[in-house]
Amino acid sequence: MSGHVSQTAAPSHSDHSAAPWGGGTSPFKMSYGKMMMWFFLVSDAFTFSGLLTAYGFMRHKYEDIWPTAGDVFTHFPFYDGHIELAYVAFMTFVLIASSVTMVLAVEAGHRMNKKSVQFWLILTIIGGAVFVGSQAWEWYHFIHGTKHGAYLLEDGVTVMRHKIDPATHVLEEGVFLVPVNRDGALTEASGFSEVSGSEAEAMKATATHIHGANLSHNEYGVPLFADFFFFITGFHGFHVFSGVCINFIIFLMVVEGKFEKTGHYEMVEKTGLYWHFVDLVWVFVFTFFYLL
Amino acid sequence: MDARDDVYEYSLDTHHSEEEGKKMRKKFMVVLGALSLVTIIEVAMGMMWSRDESMATFLKVTFIGLTLFKAAGITWYFMHLGDEKKGFKMIILLPYFVLIGYLIAICLVEALYSGGIRPAIENYFGL
Repeated sequence: MSGHVSQTAAPSHSDHSAAPWGGGTSPFKMSYGKMMMWFFLVSDAFTFSGLLTAYGFMRHKYEDIWPTAGDVFTHFPFYDGHIELAYVAFMTFVLIASSVTMVLAVEAGHRMNKKSVQFWLILTIIGGAVFVGSQAWEWYHFIHGTKHGAYLLEDGVTVMRHKIDPATHVLEEGVFLVPVNRDGALTEASGFSEVSGSEAEAMKATATHIHGANLSHNEYGVPLFADFFFFITGFHGFHVFSGVCINFIIFLMVVEGKFEKTGHYEMVEKTGLYWHFVDLVWVFVFTFFYLL
Repeated sequence: MDARDDVYEYSLDTHHSEEEGKKMRKKFMVVLGALSLVTIIEVAMGMMWSRDESMATFLKVTFIGLTLFKAAGITWYFMHLGDEKKGFKMIILLPYFVLIGYLIAICLVEALYSGGIRPAIENYFGL
């Protein structure tokens, strides 16, 4: 009788492989490298969330005197007028399109089509380069500011701006806007008061004429706006720049035929994840920095 | 170089055929269309209503909603998170949602210092 006892409790190696968590197989059907790329992206998302949340907090703390992005980013190449946010929308579209070319490169990799991977990868790299260039262009305009500029008052903090009609974008000569509450950065602000005539002239006499924005002053209003702008778009732009470099390295590896030898294009998939993440972050920056 | 059998370099089901590829490419184009359309709608809405005080609440809620819609499209289809196993989706998404909840909570609590939670929320949504 004992000879007929079936051997149920002695799993072989192949039995292990059948159970997802039994060892001998990847429980998530995913390679180590790809999973770690995902974990890195989650941690990177934490960083960006922290930055954008801090931005939102400070922005609503200084709601009354915070510049409207629509009044700041009005430039468009080869056009000397006022179009709100059109160029940023274009940049967004370029990045989304380059995300699509990346996903097409990954898809071509799944079919082991080297030529197609090369083609879509190079388009992705071009899209990324256009985006970084556009960002540099936008920084240039933000740093150089407008022709009329603004006045940094004696205290070195308060900015006295020209009054501009929000609908017609026409500047009212000799009329200025000054934040009502000027006694220190931590009190709650309550909008602007209009200053004109001799009062304005007296204030101008001791003020510094400034153009554009940098880390210490900002023609468009609170310097904090410029600080956040430089830091958040700069940090994102750095991600895009490194993404373009990484994509280029992978592109060279594809051209060399390295992945034909390995038998799969997983490397393209991993850099693809990073690239899509850069796009994902921009979608949020676009909304929270420019639209809202 | 011999392949190591203790390192899972690549998932097994990642190669696909020509027809499957065609279907996937079509799907990507639909996602691209949707994302571009949403961006155009957002900019148009901003241009039309950003100076209209009465539309402020509606704009903020819609913009945040549309952004989440775009983000979902990118992660689900472009990053293929939708094709991963359920456990993996949870591993990626849950910690993130916990952190976001935590950050929002911090923001609202800290808003006490600069004016209070209710004014902060009311101020934000223009209530």
